[in-house]
Amino acid sequence: MTHTSAQVSYLDDGHTLRSWLLTTDHKRIAILYIVAITFFFFAGGFAAFLIRYNLISPKGLIGSAETYNRLFSMHGILMVWFFLVPAVPVTLGNFLAPLMLGARDLAFPRLNLLSWYLFMAAGVVALYAVVGGGVDTGWTFYTPLTSFYSQGHVVAAVAAIFIAGFSSIATGLNFIVSIHKLRAPGMTWYKMPVFLWSLYATSVILVLATPVLAMTLLLLVFERLFGIGVFDPAIGGDPLLFQHLFWFYSHPAVYVMILPGFGVISEIIPAFSRKELFGYKFVVWASIAIAVIGFLVWGHHMFVAGASLYSALVFSLLSYMVAVPSAIKVFNWIGTMHNGYIRFDAPMLYAIGFIGLFATGGLTGLFLAALAADVHLTQTYFVVAHFHYVMVGGMVSAYFAGLHFWWPKMTGRLYPEMWGRAGAIIIFVGFNLTFFPQFLLGYLGMPRRYFAYPQHFEALNLLSSGGALILAVGYLLPLGYLTWSLFYGARASANPWGATGLEWTTPSPPPTENFAVTPIVTKAPYQYRRAEAVER
Amino acid sequence: MNDAAAQEFQFGSAEHQRETAISGIWLFLASEALFFGPIFLAWIFARHADPTAFDAGSRQTELMIGLTNTALLIASSFAYSVGLGYIGFGSRRGMAIWLAIAWLLGAAFIGLKFGVEWQMDFKKGLFPGPAFAIHGPARNGAQLFFAFYFFATALHGLHLVVGLGLVAWIIFRAERYTAERHSPVHVVGLYWSFIDIIWLILFPLIYLTGRAS
Ligand code: HEM
Ligand SMILES: [Cu+2]
Repeated sequence: MTHTSAQVSYLDDGHTLRSWLLTTDHKRIAILYIVAITFFFFAGGFAAFLIRYNLISPKGLIGSAETYNRLFSMHGILMVWFFLVPAVPVTLGNFLAPLMLGARDLAFPRLNLLSWYLFMAAGVVALYAVVGGGVDTGWTFYTPLTSFYSQGHVVAAVAAIFIAGFSSIATGLNFIVSIHKLRAPGMTWYKMPVFLWSLYATSVILVLATPVLAMTLLLLVFERLFGIGVFDPAIGGDPLLFQHLFWFYSHPAVYVMILPGFGVISEIIPAFSRKELFGYKFVVWASIAIAVIGFLVWGHHMFVAGASLYSALVFSLLSYMVAVPSAIKVFNWIGTMHNGYIRFDAPMLYAIGFIGLFATGGLTGLFLAALAADVHLTQTYFVVAHFHYVMVGGMVSAYFAGLHFWWPKMTGRLYPEMWGRAGAIIIFVGFNLTFFPQFLLGYLGMPRRYFAYPQHFEALNLLSSGGALILAVGYLLPLGYLTWSLFYGARASANPWGATGLEWTTPSPPPTENFAVTPIVTKAPYQYRRAEAVER
Repeated sequence: MNDAAAQEFQFGSAEHQRETAISGIWLFLASEALFFGPIFLAWIFARHADPTAFDAGSRQTELMIGLTNTALLIASSFAYSVGLGYIGFGSRRGMAIWLAIAWLLGAAFIGLKFGVEWQMDFKKGLFPGPAFAIHGPARNGAQLFFAFYFFATALHGLHLVVGLGLVAWIIFRAERYTAERHSPVHVVGLYWSFIDIIWLILFPLIYLTGRAS
């Protein structure tokens, strides 16, 4: 199927730079975001590469602890705020939310564009901080190191995150209002695709947790600039208060970094199993439960920071509870695949990888949520491995899964399938080689954030650095073949995967106004029939 | 947020667009509430740790100016609401006049707060630092109190200045609004009242807690 000549595809609706930079079309803004976060992903990845390079030798190859500190700080800051938090919502979310809703755009298109400019402004400030020498505080900015002792460009780095935060808030607000107000006729809440539900849950966190971080960072900057502030124990302030406020944001934020991934996977698994999503309502309410309970567990980052035993117990218990809805989802995806007619195309390979890696990351989260085990494991590579399994193995895989799945819709081109599969497999192998050894290292007691280590950790570190090299190849591959496909890929039909969902009923790439006539929804999502003929 | 004159293509009707704008601003205000939340929380937390020093600091503030400012802000929100009522009847003139009154009252707050009160505070040596005027055992805690004071009032003032800009914007565009279509007036009004509410929490924290005990 080619697109009807009457409608101009959003890509052909103006070719000037101005038509891109001043666009309010959610689809074009999504593309602008993809370009931006791809840059930050590789910038942050480059820092990671240097970190692993340093750790090849027990003495550290880059020779300076200070440089090493700055590297892992920049890595964390760029990856968290400039890739993981925005990744799926601003790209796939922006592109797909109105399409899935059957709407013509988000509720506030100009706010959407503004959020991109805020993000870019934040990125420029962050790059200024990096080029100016970076910071050595880690992505967590703990006081009093950050307020009184650190030498780096703390204010610039913090300002970057502050501005990026408002970009997040604008995006989240736009999604929530759009989902409430712009659903097509007939699309009741329970007829919405799970991806929209997960965007909704994510947005609630973005809108309600990000401002807390913003204020916390402002208080931090005030303290650093004026030498006086609320986190300074010398005048009756409390540095632990910073940790409480920081994690009040940052724990919910880790769910910002995974919930949209859940949404992507919930779209892909049914499409490639040719089956209805198993337990739709459970998947939906698990997202909401995670968003809510996620606000109540921040204390598990502070078990050894002098928390009282009773509060630690409560936080430990609540942390176990938050794992329950996560597990429900895993079971539902597996239930969907069970007895399905499974096709192993690249999106599905990423999705299956996601399930395994996320489950490993989530289960090790339970180790850390156990008080006694955490005393041993905290501040070791075990924690590093835990969060990389969920954030990289989980979210980055989900992002790639979604990118491949919706690539034909976004660009009107098919990517080369064999390369896609090869990339997915290389990433899976490279990822496990890089991060599984870190569980062992942490268990054996190697602390995180040190640039040198005892001789007996050398073999596992070598393995991890070798894996990182494979992982790097795996991430560079899609950059190559996806770019190639933009120019030489075969033209995509409206629905190359034979998937359900309103976004597949409009041409690829969609026209500027998305739908010629506003669709009317009568069916629940994921009405797949087994072995339905698939035309690519 | 949206132009009242033209309806955007993602909405089914003008009414649909209006409702959407109103829900957007409410959500934004929820976000703003959590933005200010940490200051209030940290303030109460820190006071709890050293109440006598905080009260010593609080007693140095200018209660009369604080009271006057509170009255100004409440009156300003009242004026804005009257203006909103006028546009509901289609009277642009009435709206513009009352919004101008609201603007002036807000501007008076800014003048009094930063032009007069802060200057008095600086003269009394109340800005935290080596030259801080309060000595003795309360010195540290009182400095913390004034760190909160200057930080919070500056931030609140900044919000008010943004609000003044928005109200002025509405006044300048007054001829675009009709009895049926004036959601920007409503949206800005909600923000304007929200700034009041923040002040109504700051007011007792700054001026009253120290004097009550
Ligand atoms: C499934 C339930 C989960 C549980 C029970 C859990 C539990 C924990 C605990 C207890 C810690 C603190 C370890 C310590 O510092 O001693 C931790 C750290 C961390 N977790 Fe999780 N986690 C879960 C899921 C996730 C997810 C889904 C993500 C992100 C997508 C995530 C990201 C992180 C990060 C980034 C840190 C380390 C922060 C730092 O200190 O730099 N976790 N987790
Ligand atoms: Cu956490």
